[in-house]
Amino acid sequence: MLKYILKRLGLAFIILIGASILIYMLSMLMPADFIDTQTAAALQSGAMTMDDVMRLKELYGLADKSFGGIMKSYFSWLKSALSGDLGFSFLYQKPVTKVLSEYIWLSFMIAFISYILEIAIGIPMGIKASVNQYSAYDYTVSVFAMMGTALPSFFLSALLLNVFAIKLRIFPLQGLTTATKIFDKNAYIQIFLDKAWHLVLPITVLTLLNAGYIMKFTRTNMLEVLNSDYIRTARAKGLSEKTVTYKHAFRNTMIPLVTTLSGMIPGLFGGAMITETVFAIPGIGYMALRATLQGDIPFIMGYNMFLAVLTVLGMLISDLMYMVVDPRVKLS
Amino acid sequence: MASMENIKKENDYILEVRNLKKYYPLSRFSLGKSRAYVKAVDDVSFKIKRGTTMGLVGESGCGKTTVGRSILRLHDITGGQVIFDGQDLAKIPPSKLRKMRPQMQMIFQDPYSSLSPRMPVGEIIGEAVKEHKIVPKSEYRSHILKVMRDCGLQPQYFYRYPHEFSGGQRQRISIARAVALKPKFIICDEPLSALDVSIQAQIINLMKDLQERYGYTYLFISHDLSVVEYISDTIGVMYLGSMVEIGDKKRIFDNPMHPYTKALLSAVPISDPDVKMNRIILSGDIPSPVNPPSGCKFRTRCQHCMDICSREVPKLKEYEEGHMVACHLYSQD
Repeated sequence: MLKYILKRLGLAFIILIGASILIYMLSMLMPADFIDTQTAAALQSGAMTMDDVMRLKELYGLADKSFGGIMKSYFSWLKSALSGDLGFSFLYQKPVTKVLSEYIWLSFMIAFISYILEIAIGIPMGIKASVNQYSAYDYTVSVFAMMGTALPSFFLSALLLNVFAIKLRIFPLQGLTTATKIFDKNAYIQIFLDKAWHLVLPITVLTLLNAGYIMKFTRTNMLEVLNSDYIRTARAKGLSEKTVTYKHAFRNTMIPLVTTLSGMIPGLFGGAMITETVFAIPGIGYMALRATLQGDIPFIMGYNMFLAVLTVLGMLISDLMYMVVDPRVKLS
Repeated sequence: MASMENIKKENDYILEVRNLKKYYPLSRFSLGKSRAYVKAVDDVSFKIKRGTTMGLVGESGCGKTTVGRSILRLHDITGGQVIFDGQDLAKIPPSKLRKMRPQMQMIFQDPYSSLSPRMPVGEIIGEAVKEHKIVPKSEYRSHILKVMRDCGLQPQYFYRYPHEFSGGQRQRISIARAVALKPKFIICDEPLSALDVSIQAQIINLMKDLQERYGYTYLFISHDLSVVEYISDTIGVMYLGSMVEIGDKKRIFDNPMHPYTKALLSAVPISDPDVKMNRIILSGDIPSPVNPPSGCKFRTRCQHCMDICSREVPKLKEYEEGHMVACHLYSQD
């Protein structure tokens, strides 16, 4: 078991190195780098010359875009990254690790709440739909689930904003706090309620987008189990339909469900780039999008490597959970 | 003791199936009234005496399994009656049926998929025992262990999972599962076809032993005639959803009457290479159960096909005592 985990972690390290090389190359080869976007206006107006720009690029380590130059700067990045230092963000003027640790918690909170809601909505609906396959309930729920998974998040966000923020004015349009209100520093409850009020719509969007997926996933796996022989055995034993559904069918559906859902947990730290941006919520996804648009290479690297670590971790957790929930699986 | 009872009640039928029908609609959304049906079981009737074994044979797709599942009402039936111990199973409400389930059990064909992979053996066998309070709580464990011993399973298997066993052992678990509920009647749906020949003999002997000891009634569904000959008292032969011949084992094997039964029996391999087999080779394929031939369903493959065969459906008639056949060859005189 320990040997298996160590082996997987060793493998993960190699994957991460490969991923970092790819990401580094791609971000260095972006047509306009951080200095270009920052100095474009000054260059146009003649306040800066091309020489000034080149000097700045030299300073930021962006001047040499040959293969050798990129590799050289990559290895210096790798060296400091391995010692835990992800560099200094061009845009935010702070160490990348500090930006990450500051902003992931809001994103995680939003993602975690909607994760719980997705499970609470998706799984019972999936079970009910599979037990009543081809019923009106099944069709209705399936159509909505399909819509949820098919809708782009920016579209759904815009739709909800239009209805609830602009037409009905129930929820705020953007941000995390109400700009026009000034709260006393100690009015924790009011501050909390104000933030919660701002987060209702983004959490709704994330929940609607993923609950459908979980519902579909539960339904498909339940149906597979419900059609197996041992469910017929359970019925022939004279067990109640409830016991058959939950104890026999759902217990076996748990195997794919638990592995998939537990594998999603690390990803909750990654932030929801588009939704956060539409609602202008200062989470990690929003910060990352801004940094990416500006060509903030240290931050792009730091954020993407963080995502890569989360993905690898998610896969590992999912495989380990497989062993926990399925008595047939022995990992070696 | 059970066999004593059997002698006393000479005409005690535990199960009587009357005009059983099970049609599957072909398409859920077909428009208009004329929907097509697959007639999986079409008007089947038979009786089984308490403590005996009836073998049900026929080629694959002839509706044997559907008959078994219809009797236990594992799916709804289209028509007919299933009278078990004086009660019509097709009519009683589901909640009452559930209470009766322990009395009639089923052993399934595939021992790999019929056991829940996430339950240890003890729980698989004991779950329904607890549910239906077959034995008092204090005797629960000893009852399960006794059943396991009866079925040739060692007590230490109690906490193991099904995937740790071979096919033969898994089928023993299936049998133990059924037997633990102290049933009267067990449907065995091709319980041997997924097993090696050497294991088949062990399992069939186990089933015979259990029957002698506890007086179970079996409906033994199989396509293996030599197995059916070994275990059955009476035999029913099915073709395309209908019963074509039914009777005591000896009469069927010594004097098969229906051309289909004759062909089936001629196909049983003989272990002596010097004996020349007179196999009757049936021409053609089994017709589609959606559009079965008019009149006698077997007429398209029958050597003795006559004019009447396409016009009239032959009725199952008693030809000699304990031997019924549905064929126009015998109904003319």
